[in-house]
Amino acid sequence: MTVDRRTFVKGCAGVLATPYLVKNAFAEETIKVASIHDASGVLDILGKPMAAMTQMAIDEINAGGGLLGKKIELKSYDTQSNNQLYGQYATEAATRYKVAAVFGAVTSASREIVRPILRRYKTLYFYSTQYEGGVCDRNIFCLGTTPGQKTEKIIPYAMNKFGKRVYTVAADYNFGHIVSKWHEKVVTENGGTFEGVEFFPLEQTDFGPTLKKIQSIQPDFVMADLVGSNHIGFFRQWVSSGMADRIGLASTIFGTGNEQLFTNPREHNGILTSACYFPEIDTPENKDFIARAAKATGSDRSPINELPAMSYYAPQLWAEAVRSAGSFDRDAVTKALEGNLTYKGPGGPITVDAESHHVTHDIYIAEAWDHGFKILERYENLPPSDTAAVCDLAANPSDTKQYVLGN
Amino acid sequence: MDYICILIIQVISSIAMLVLLAIGLAIMFGMMKVINFAHGEFIMVGAYTSVMSVNAGLNFWLATFVVAPLAVAFVGFIVERVIIRHLYGRIIETMLATWGLSLFMIGTVTIVFGNTVTGISAPLGSISIGRFSNSTYDLVLIVMAAALLVACALFLRRTNLGLIARAAMQNADITAVLGHEPKKIYCATFVVGAAISGLSGALIAPLTGVSPGMGLAFVAKAFITVICAGPAVIFGTGLVAAVFGTVNTAVTFVATPVFGEVALLLSAIILLRVMPKGLTARIMRKAL
Repeated sequence: MTVDRRTFVKGCAGVLATPYLVKNAFAEETIKVASIHDASGVLDILGKPMAAMTQMAIDEINAGGGLLGKKIELKSYDTQSNNQLYGQYATEAATRYKVAAVFGAVTSASREIVRPILRRYKTLYFYSTQYEGGVCDRNIFCLGTTPGQKTEKIIPYAMNKFGKRVYTVAADYNFGHIVSKWHEKVVTENGGTFEGVEFFPLEQTDFGPTLKKIQSIQPDFVMADLVGSNHIGFFRQWVSSGMADRIGLASTIFGTGNEQLFTNPREHNGILTSACYFPEIDTPENKDFIARAAKATGSDRSPINELPAMSYYAPQLWAEAVRSAGSFDRDAVTKALEGNLTYKGPGGPITVDAESHHVTHDIYIAEAWDHGFKILERYENLPPSDTAAVCDLAANPSDTKQYVLGN
Repeated sequence: MDYICILIIQVISSIAMLVLLAIGLAIMFGMMKVINFAHGEFIMVGAYTSVMSVNAGLNFWLATFVVAPLAVAFVGFIVERVIIRHLYGRIIETMLATWGLSLFMIGTVTIVFGNTVTGISAPLGSISIGRFSNSTYDLVLIVMAAALLVACALFLRRTNLGLIARAAMQNADITAVLGHEPKKIYCATFVVGAAISGLSGALIAPLTGVSPGMGLAFVAKAFITVICAGPAVIFGTGLVAAVFGTVNTAVTFVATPVFGEVALLLSAIILLRVMPKGLTARIMRKAL
């Protein structure tokens, strides 16, 4: 066969055009969504399992036949624990790929970068981290637990177990300050005495003076809402100074950073904590979920705590809404979600609260034990009452504020 | 009474903590004028060595007093041969090089052990003092800090090697004329400083979370202590640690840990304003 110049040019044009033709043909079949998490860098311990569970949810939706006859294509971004990348990736996802929804952001700081960008580009946004609460914006749905849900049950439970005099130690940034106000509020509402609070900068490593101070106050138990690797020292020094047998210890976030793995049983056994999900939940659905999650996370066997679990719930909740709306359109999906939509997850159902765009949670009280948790109690359908008290998007749909809770 | 007793123990243990953090750096910076920004990572490697050895089944005390100092001494030896020896007397370049080294060490440890927290529990349990209880391990730290200070001072003052080391720091050329090789002395001093940093890291490990970035929480305090100490490195470090430890603990008791830190930094600023060359440039000039 001879190839003349003309056929050669034609052939080349055909070959070069193929990817575009395929891409266009493909684009009609798929709907894009984006996942933006810190899967590397200092926050990878939180971000990696969150990203993996978002991926698993999308894979399962596709394995179940996709949504409205279309496959979902996930664009995964790794922000490398660098907040500057959040703005860049959120913009790219919204403008270049025109994604139907964005799942992600690990810290509150990164969420506050992504939130206005996605609102401007009219792209629906789901945030799955437990946080200080108060975000009021019709374009975002927050699946994480908020201080009200976290403190409402565990503090009375701990007061019942240990006694009514409570002292708080917390991390020195807005989360710690807001949550400690909730401690005080719930303690006084339940007839206890709030003996005081001490905040530690995230760099704090020596807790000696505070431990002595606590011994002189002699509370019945201490609420320890500490964050990060340096604060692990608190639990070590607590035990080595012989306080574990004298004063109880409870927390609303112990376990969120997998603290039960990084401390020894002697240091964490008996610490009370509360969350909307524990891998130890003893139901067939959850055992199946854990087995699938183990496959999805592969060699990285960090336990699935509340954050990755909610990262799995978020795409599933969005899928429920798409099915119910019969459309991928942002406004239609938002309306469907606002119809008090429920998704039944392996840890229990979550239901969207239309006014605040937060969700109700089943809250579990558990006790840290031998690098895991023993579940002691379950409270069903706790509404996000803290944020709902300040945020009414039905009456005020153009609100974009984050309210400071607990004042 | 028991409250006062526990307060005094707390003050002394804060001082001991500062001494442990600073003494390795005091030897490197104070004696050789090498600004080692990777000091925190030397501590971190010491802590990791101790944790890994204990997890591998080694005795805690053996891991702390033998394995960790040896491991970090080895790291120090490599670092001195590869980087530091080319940069003696060039302060800015040393700063840059050791800063890079610090990032490199954090990165390497992160790749090997992952960006997670490990650690071991403190041995020995606790002792009761009246209504209060205190960690027995705190007392070990106090004894070790005192022992390290005394050992360094005795070594420099009473031994022949100590005399040669001091001579090399004061005037390397004359020491060379007298038949001693300054390069070897520098190398040995750096390695000893690294070994002591490793020991400090291993001693601190049971009190804190051991993670690749842990050194960052310590390095600033170590530098502040050593710079405020002035020319008499060993004695000055002890003295400055005593001042800062007392201020920090007292303010933390009265107010909060945040104000405790602020008070520590404030007293460092005042001290350097009044005595720009450090505490021992004014007082106790004959000390070591």
